[in-house]
Amino acid sequence: MPPGSKTVKSIRFVILNSPCLLFVIFVPLVANISMRPIEYYEPPVPSKVNYINAQYGLKSWLLTRDHKRIALLYLGSITFFFFIGGLYALMIRLELLTPQGDFLQSATYNKVFTQHGIIMIFFFLIPSIPATLGNFLVPMMIGAKDLAFPRINLLSWYIYLLGGVVTIYALLAGGVDTGWTFYTPFSTTFSNSYVVATGLGIFINGFSSILTGLNFIVTIHTMRAPGMTWFRLPLFIWAHYATSLIMILGTPVIAITILLLAFERVSRVGIFDPALGGDPILFQHLFWFYSHPAVYIMILPSMGVISELIANFSRKNIFGYSFVAFSSLAIAVFGFLVWGHHLFVTSQSVYAGMIFSFLSFAVAIPSAIKVFNWTATLYKSSISYDTPMLYALGFIGLFTVGGMTGLFLASLAVDVHLSDTYFVVAHFHYIMVGGALMGYLGGLHYWWPKITGRMYPEGWGRFSALVIFVGFNLTFLPQFVAGYLGMPRRYHAYPPEFQVFNVLSTAGASILGFGMLIPAIYFVWSMRYGKRAEANPWHLPGLEWRTQSPPPTENFEVTPIVTWEAYEFAPAEETEVIGKFKPELEQI
Amino acid sequence: MADVMNSHATTSGTHGHRALQHHFENMEQQREAGTLGMWVFLVTEIMFFGGMFLAYTLYRSKYPAAFASASNHLDITLGALNTGVLILSSFTMAMAVYFTQVGKRRPQIFCLIATLILGLTFLGVKAKEYHDKYEDRLIPGYLIPGAPFGPAVQKEGEPPDHHKLHLLPGATVEQVQMFYWIYFAMTGMHALHMIIGAGLLTFLLIFSIKGRFDPEYHSPVEVIGLYWHFVDIVWIFLFPLLYLLGRHFEHG
Repeated sequence: MPPGSKTVKSIRFVILNSPCLLFVIFVPLVANISMRPIEYYEPPVPSKVNYINAQYGLKSWLLTRDHKRIALLYLGSITFFFFIGGLYALMIRLELLTPQGDFLQSATYNKVFTQHGIIMIFFFLIPSIPATLGNFLVPMMIGAKDLAFPRINLLSWYIYLLGGVVTIYALLAGGVDTGWTFYTPFSTTFSNSYVVATGLGIFINGFSSILTGLNFIVTIHTMRAPGMTWFRLPLFIWAHYATSLIMILGTPVIAITILLLAFERVSRVGIFDPALGGDPILFQHLFWFYSHPAVYIMILPSMGVISELIANFSRKNIFGYSFVAFSSLAIAVFGFLVWGHHLFVTSQSVYAGMIFSFLSFAVAIPSAIKVFNWTATLYKSSISYDTPMLYALGFIGLFTVGGMTGLFLASLAVDVHLSDTYFVVAHFHYIMVGGALMGYLGGLHYWWPKITGRMYPEGWGRFSALVIFVGFNLTFLPQFVAGYLGMPRRYHAYPPEFQVFNVLSTAGASILGFGMLIPAIYFVWSMRYGKRAEANPWHLPGLEWRTQSPPPTENFEVTPIVTWEAYEFAPAEETEVIGKFKPELEQI
Repeated sequence: MADVMNSHATTSGTHGHRALQHHFENMEQQREAGTLGMWVFLVTEIMFFGGMFLAYTLYRSKYPAAFASASNHLDITLGALNTGVLILSSFTMAMAVYFTQVGKRRPQIFCLIATLILGLTFLGVKAKEYHDKYEDRLIPGYLIPGAPFGPAVQKEGEPPDHHKLHLLPGATVEQVQMFYWIYFAMTGMHALHMIIGAGLLTFLLIFSIKGRFDPEYHSPVEVIGLYWHFVDIVWIFLFPLLYLLGRHFEHG
C-alpha cells in the first residue's frame, strides 16, 4: 500500500487515537469502586433446583417445553446470526474505506449488502427481543407458569432454525444480490442469484414470527394471574402485545408476497411483469405493507424494555402509564397506514404521497409521547447509572435522532433528494442499532441475573456501553452528512469527496465491533465465574423479581395474587440506598 | 403476595382432567386459550389470502373483458359441484363437533369420515380441473416446461369448441394468462390448505376412534372445525370471483 494512501491514513488515525480508548477503560473501573454499595457483595446463595439444572441432557433442552429454556435456545441462535450479519457489515465497511471498488467486485458487493440486510432484519432484529426476553419474561411478568402453547413455542424455534438453514444454504450456494427489498423485475426476471431459495428461507422464518406473536396474544389474554388486570401489566407486556398484533397481521402478507415472487420467477410470467399487463410497483406495495410494520416489530419490544429500565433504574413510577401503554397500540395501528412513504419516488399518485406523508408524521407522535414520558420519569428521580440504565439513556438520545431524521424522509420534497442515499441508511441504523439493539443489550444486562442467576461484571458492562455508544455514533453520524451531500446507497464505488465520511464511518464500525465483542465475552464468562445473584439483586417491585434467580421451572412456587400496581416503589424512607445521591435522606 | 392458591382446584381430583396441561389452571382456561389461538391463526390466514385477493381485484378492474373470457372458460359445473361438496362438508364437520360435545362417539366418527371423504372429493375434482387446464395449455408461463401457456383461440365462423378459448372484445391472450396465473395461485394455495385440513382430519379420526375426546375435552375437534370452516369460506369467495364472471356475455 502506498504510504500516502487514504487507507494508511485512516489506519494511522485509529492507532493514534487509542490512548483515548485506554482512558475510557480506566475511568469506569475507578468509578466502579466507589459506586457499588456494600450489600452487593453477598456470600453465594446455596443453589436450589431451577429451570437450568432441573433436567440434564441434550434431549431435555432440544425437546423442552419450558419457555425459559426456549428463550436460551433462541438467544444462542440469534447471537450466531448476529455475528454472520456483522461479518457482512465488516465487509461493507472495508470496501467503503476507499472510493474505488477495490475490495469486492460490484456483483459481490451487491450480495454482501443484501445478505447483511436479510440476516440482520429477519434473523436477528425481528426475533431478538420477543424470542429471547419476551419468551422468558412474558409468563413471569403476568404470573403464569408458561406460555399458552409451549409446544408451539418450541416449534417456532425449530422453524426459525429451518429458515436459517435454508437461507445459509442459499448464501453458501452463491448468495442473492437483489437487495433485502427484492424489487421486481430484477428479482423475478433478471437476477441470476438464489432468489427463490433465500425467499423460501425468509418465508419459513415468517412462521416462527407468527407463532410467537400468536402465543403472546393468547397468553396475555387468558393467563394473567389473579389480580393482574390489564392496567397493572408492566409496559414490557403492553409493548409485546402490540408487537404481536403487528406480527400476526403483517407477516402473512410478506409470506404471500414472497410466494408470488417465487411463483413468478419459476413460471417466468406473472403479476409483476409488464409483459402481461402487470405492475412491478404492485410488488413494492405488497412488500412494504409488511416491511414497514416490521420495523415497528423491531422497535416496540425495545421500547418496552426501555420503559422497564427507565422506571426501575430511576426508582420512580413511569410518568403517564396509560399514555405509554396506548401509544404502543397506536404505533401498531398507525404503522400499518404508512407503507407508501417507501414509494414516494415511484411516481405513485401525488395525493397518495401527501396522505402517506401526513400519516408518517402522525406515527411519530406516539413515539414522541413515549420519549417525553420517559424523560418526565427521569425528572426528580433517583437514578442509578448501572449498565442497563446507560443503554436506556443512550436509547432515548439515539432513538430521538433516528426518529427526527425519519421526519425528514417523510417530507415529500426532501425525500426526493434523500431517497436512496446514505441519509436513509443512517436513519434506519440509528433506530435499529441505536434504538432496538441498545434496548436488547440493556434488557439482557438487566435481566441477566434473573435468567442465569449470575451477575455480569459491572465495570466492563459500563465500559462496553460507552464504547458501543461512541463507536455507534462515529459510524453513523457521518453517514447522515454523506447522504445529505448526495452519496448514494448500495454503491461499492463512490466519488472521492465522500471518502472522509466513509473513513470515519469505518473507524467507528471497528470501535463498535470491538465494543460488542466485550459483552459477548463477559456474558459467557459470567455464566461460570460471575457473582451469584439473589432473587432480587436490583431490589425492584416487579413480579419477575419475586421468585428465585434462576427461576424454578414452574416460575413461581405458588400462583401469585397481584394486589399492587406496576412500578409501585416503596417510599424513599423504606428503600435501601442503592444510588449515591440521596440528599433529602441525609436530613431524616 | 400473601394467599396460597390451589392451582389445580377442580372437582375431578387434584390433577384435574387427564388432558389438562400443567400450565393451565382448569379445562375452561385451556379451552378458551385453544379457541382464541385458532381464531388468531385464522386472522393470519385472512391476511395471507388477502394479498392474492388484492392482486385479483386490481387486475380484474383493469382487464374486465379478459377476466370474463377466462372465467367463462372454467367448468362451472365442476366448480358448483365443489362448492356444494364443501358446504356439505362444513355441515358434517359442525355435526362432528356437536356429537363430540354431547359424547356420542359413533355419530362423531361417522361425521368425521364424511367430512374427510367430501374433502378428498373436492381435491379429486380440483385435480380433474387442473388436468383439463393442462390439456388446454392454460397453465401459465413455463410452470410445466413441456407445456407452456398457449391456448387455442376460438376464431370467427368456427364451430364452438369447449377446449378453445373464446375471447370477448377487448381481451388479449396475455391478460387471460394473467387471470390463470392468479387462478392457479389462489386455488393452488386453497388446495394446499385443504390437503393440510385432510391431514388434520385424519389425526382427529384416529384419536376419536381411540376415544381421546369427551364432552369435557373436545377442543381439538372444535378448533380443527374452525379451520375447516375457514377453508370453506375462502372457497365460497373464490368460486364467484373466479367462476361466475360475465356469464351473461356467454350464450353457450
